[in-house]
Amino acid sequence: MDLSLSDEQKQLQDAAERFVRDKYAFENRRKIAATERGWLPENWAQMAELGWLGMSFKEEDGGYGGGPIETMIVMEQFGKGLVLEPFLPTVVLGGGMIAAAGSKAQKEALLAPMIEGKKQFAFAWLERQSRYNLADVSLKATKDGNGWSLSGHKGVVYNAASADNIIVLARTAGSAREEKGLTLFLVDGKAKGLTRRDYPTQDALRASELTFDKVSVGADAVLGKVDGAFPVVEEAVDRAIVALCAEATGCMDAINAATLEYIKTRKQFGVPIGKFQVLQHRMVDCFTNAQEARSMTLMASLKIDDKDPVVRRKAASGAKVQIGKSGRFCGQSAVQMHGGMGVTDELSVSHYFKRLTMIDLMFGNQQHHLTRYSNLAMAA
Amino acid sequence: MNLALKPEHQAFADEVRDFARKHLSPATREKTFSGKHYDKDDHVVWQQALGRQGWLAYTWPKKYGGPGWDVTRRFLFENVLAEEGAPRIIPFGVKMVGPVIYTFGSDEQKERFLPGIRSSEVQWCQGYSEPGAGSDLASLRTRAVREGDHYIVNGQKTWTSFAHWADWIFCLVRTDPDTKPQEGISFLLIDMKTPGVTVRPIIMLDGAHHVNDVFFDNVKVPVANRIGKEGEGWTCAKFLLANERLGIAEVPASKRGVRSLREIARAEPQDGHTLADDPAFAARIADIDLQVQALEMSELRALSTMALGGAPGPEVSTLKIRGSEIQQRIAELAMEAVGEYAQPYQPGLLFQDTNETPVGPDHAPPAAPRYFNMRKTSIYGGSNEIQKNIVSKMVLGL
Repeated sequence: MDLSLSDEQKQLQDAAERFVRDKYAFENRRKIAATERGWLPENWAQMAELGWLGMSFKEEDGGYGGGPIETMIVMEQFGKGLVLEPFLPTVVLGGGMIAAAGSKAQKEALLAPMIEGKKQFAFAWLERQSRYNLADVSLKATKDGNGWSLSGHKGVVYNAASADNIIVLARTAGSAREEKGLTLFLVDGKAKGLTRRDYPTQDALRASELTFDKVSVGADAVLGKVDGAFPVVEEAVDRAIVALCAEATGCMDAINAATLEYIKTRKQFGVPIGKFQVLQHRMVDCFTNAQEARSMTLMASLKIDDKDPVVRRKAASGAKVQIGKSGRFCGQSAVQMHGGMGVTDELSVSHYFKRLTMIDLMFGNQQHHLTRYSNLAMAA
Repeated sequence: MNLALKPEHQAFADEVRDFARKHLSPATREKTFSGKHYDKDDHVVWQQALGRQGWLAYTWPKKYGGPGWDVTRRFLFENVLAEEGAPRIIPFGVKMVGPVIYTFGSDEQKERFLPGIRSSEVQWCQGYSEPGAGSDLASLRTRAVREGDHYIVNGQKTWTSFAHWADWIFCLVRTDPDTKPQEGISFLLIDMKTPGVTVRPIIMLDGAHHVNDVFFDNVKVPVANRIGKEGEGWTCAKFLLANERLGIAEVPASKRGVRSLREIARAEPQDGHTLADDPAFAARIADIDLQVQALEMSELRALSTMALGGAPGPEVSTLKIRGSEIQQRIAELAMEAVGEYAQPYQPGLLFQDTNETPVGPDHAPPAAPRYFNMRKTSIYGGSNEIQKNIVSKMVLGL
C-alpha cells in the first residue's frame, strides 16, 4: 500500500494549483461567470496545452495514460477555485463514455479533438420524472431508415449550449425504468429539431432544457450497443461522482481556510471570535469533516477502476454520502461563523456554500446514495 | 387547561379569514404560495388594510389603539393570516419601535408617532447592527453629539432590512463614549429624508435585496426624537430584543412550510410513484412536523405566562433558536424534494412580475434560493450562539 503521490502527480497538483491561483482569484471568477458562455476559451486552451484534457485516457485512445487519481488531483484544485470550465461534462462524462463505448471511428472523430481542446460535450440523461434513477428514461429513439429519430425532453443538461456533441440517453426498447433497452446517441449540438432553453444554475454554471422533435441521426450516431447503454452510463456516472467528490474536497478546504482566517481576525467582545470555545469546536468539526471527505474520495478514486462493478458502485455511493454530509456541515458552518457576511453575495464563502449544496443534488443526493449503498451492502 | 376553542374564538377565526379573503390582493397571496419575493406595495397595501380595521397593532394594549386581544385571539390571528397567504407583518414599526415608544416615550412622542405606525402610513427600519457591532451590539460606535436642541449623528448601520423602503429609522447611538459601553447608548428616531442619510444595498447570496448599509454623515436629529433619557437607550434595546425574539420563531410560517413540503412530496415523481411514497423521506417530514408542534406549544406556554402578567423571560431565546433551525430544515427538505431541478437559477421568477414558465415544476424556482436565504435566521436577531449564551447564563445560571 502506498498513498503518496508520484513525482508526476505532484507536478500535476502544482500546475493545477498555479492555474487556480493565476486565473481564479475570486473577483476574476465573478467576471468569468458573467460572460455569455460562462467560461473562458483561453482557459480551456490552456487546460488542453497542459495535457489535462487527455491525462486520464489510455495512450491508445490518444491520452497520456493516467487515471482516476489524476482526475482527482485536478478536480480538487478546481474546487478550490470554483473553476467554471466544463471539465466534468466534457472530459469526465463525455470523453469517459466515448472512451468506454466508442468505436475506433468515433474515438478518432471526437476523443482526439476533445483532448486537443477542440470539442466539447454534454451528457443529457435527466428527465422531469427521473429524479436520481438513471434508467427512468422516456425520450424515445425509433428506427428511421438506416438511422434513428429522437423525440422527447431532457433537463438540466450541463454545458449543452457550448457542446459540439450532446450524448443523449434514449429509450429504444423496454418499458419505463427498465435498465435494458437504453441506447446512447451522439447528437450534433446544432441538430435540426433540437431546441434549447439555456439558464445559469445556482452556482453560476450553465445548463439547458432540451427538446427533441424528430431529431434525425445516422446509424453511426449510436455510442456503444443498441439497448445496452445502461452499464456504460452507470459506470460513467460513478466516475463523475468521484470526480465531483474531489471537487467538493477542494471547496471544503477553501471554505474552511476562509472561515479559520475570519474567526482569527473578526473581533467581538474585545477578542477574536475564534477565542470562543463554541466556535473552536465547530471549526474542529469542519476540519474533521473535510478529512473524512478527503479520505472517502481517495478511497473511491482508488476503487473506481475495480473489475467488480459492486466494489465500484459501493465506493462511489459511499463517497457521495460522505461528501453530502461533510459539504453540508462545512458550508452551513462557514456561513454561520461568518455571520451576516456569510449570507452576502460579496464574499466567496456563500459561493462555495452554493457549489457544495449543488454537488449534493447532482447524480443523487446523500439520501439516495445511502440507500444505494445499503442495498448493495445488504445483497453481498 | 383546555386546547379546544370556545365558540367565540371560532367565530373570531372566521372573521379574520373573511377579512383576509376580502382584503388580501390575489397577486400578493400568489407570491406567498409560489415563493416569490414581495415588493413594497405587497406589504404596505396589506398592512394599511389591517390598520384601517384596527388590527395591525394587534399586540398593543387598548389604551394605545390596539384591539386588546387575548393570547388565543393573537394566536388565531397569526395562524389564519399565514394560512391565507398573507405576508408577515414587517415588525420594525408595529412590533418593535411602537412598543418602545408607548413604554418609554413621552406623551408628545406617543401622539406624534403611534398613529402612523398603527396605520402603516409610515414605514420603519431598525438601526442596530454595525460593521463592528453584531453579536456584540453594545460595542456600537455610531456617534451622536449634542449641539443645542439637536444631535449630530455620524456612523454606519448595517444589515438594515427594508431601509430602502423606510421613512424612519430607529437607532441605537453612542451619546457618551467615556462610560461603560451599555451606559453611553441612546435611542434615537431619525427621519430617513434628513440630509446626510444614505442607503446602500447589500445583495444576498440568493441575489435578493432586502438588507442595506445605512450611512450617517453629520445628520442633524432633534433632541425631541430621543426616546427615554440620554444614556438609557440600552434599556429600550433590551426590551425590544426580547419582543423581537418572541415573534421571530415564525411558527405559523413554518406550519405553512410543512404543509407545502407535503404537497411538494406528493407532486414529485420518483420511480413511478411519488416522493411521498418514500418512507424515508416521509419520515423526515414527519420529524420536522413534530418539531414545529413542540415549538408551537412552547410558544403558547410563553404567551400564556405573559398573558398572566409575566414579561417574556430569557427562555424566549430557546424559541428563537428552535424557530430558526426549524425554518432552515424545512427549506432544506423542500430543496431536497425538488432534487436536480433545484439547480436552475431563475431570478426572474423570484423577483419580477413575469409570465415566464419555470424550468422544472412550479415549486422549483424558490427551493434552493430559499434554503440559502434561510441561513440568515440563525444569524439575525442575535445569533444562535448568543442566544445559547443568554439561556446558559440567565436561565441555567452557568
